[in-house]
Amino acid sequence: MVVGSARDIVEEAGVPRFVFVDFPLGNPCGKPGAQEMQRNIVTLAINVVESSIAPRTTVQASQRWGSDDWRDAFMAVGDHNRDALRAAGKRRRAHQAAAR
Amino acid sequence: MTERADRQLEQRSHVSYIDKSREYYQAQGFEQAYRWAAFDQVPFTRPSKLMSESNVAVVTTSFLRHHDSYFGAPATDKVVYFHPVADVPDRMFTEDLSWDKQATHTEDTESFLPLSSLQALSDNGVIGSLNGRFFGVPTEYSQRRTGLDADQVAEWCEQDGVDVALLVPL
Repeated sequence: MVVGSARDIVEEAGVPRFVFVDFPLGNPCGKPGAQEMQRNIVTLAINVVESSIAPRTTVQASQRWGSDDWRDAFMAVGDHNRDALRAAGKRRRAHQAAAR
Repeated sequence: MTERADRQLEQRSHVSYIDKSREYYQAQGFEQAYRWAAFDQVPFTRPSKLMSESNVAVVTTSFLRHHDSYFGAPATDKVVYFHPVADVPDRMFTEDLSWDKQATHTEDTESFLPLSSLQALSDNGVIGSLNGRFFGVPTEYSQRRTGLDADQVAEWCEQDGVDVALLVPL
């Protein structure tokens, strides 16, 4: 059973059972500090283990993050950061080359 | 309702991290797009026991201690591990993983390593027990190495009599 937030990556790999939590990456088991939400998501995962009948079963948790800004903001690429990204990539390649 | 449906003008219902990461690393000048794991055949086994009799373990991609990490790349000194559930630190090392650092944080370990939640389910009789140790795997670029880590975790699960594994990638 996978509990995660990167739906396309998990479904592309293919797993027996997947509870998809449509949150920004980092808190697939519920928002920080939200104990009841966390328990509900984990309970759903256990229920899906028990009730699923075939591989690639995806169940989307009903919990909502509360805003959608993160969807576009994460790993955004645009004119505002194109130069910075290129420079960051260059640094990283130099580091990788040095580590070899 | 209208507002929610408006999102379809820009993107599908969920974020595609395969698309996003391809575009992001292309913009960084990496020419080869990553080829994510993709299996045609997916195994499936029905549980042999009721959940109320099952021993449940957690597999995480977070780590216990600080590891070196450069420019957001995964730390290079991480290896597959186990750790007792009775001794979980207040914080786990997640800094080198690609979670959304603008939108959220990982200061509450229960938000990705649900040991207290599972303990509560065990106390309430929903599951039989929380396994005495949890397991951690590095997020490897190499799928071959991830496969070897999976074999190791499976071996530990067998030793412990784990019936259900909850895999929680950040």
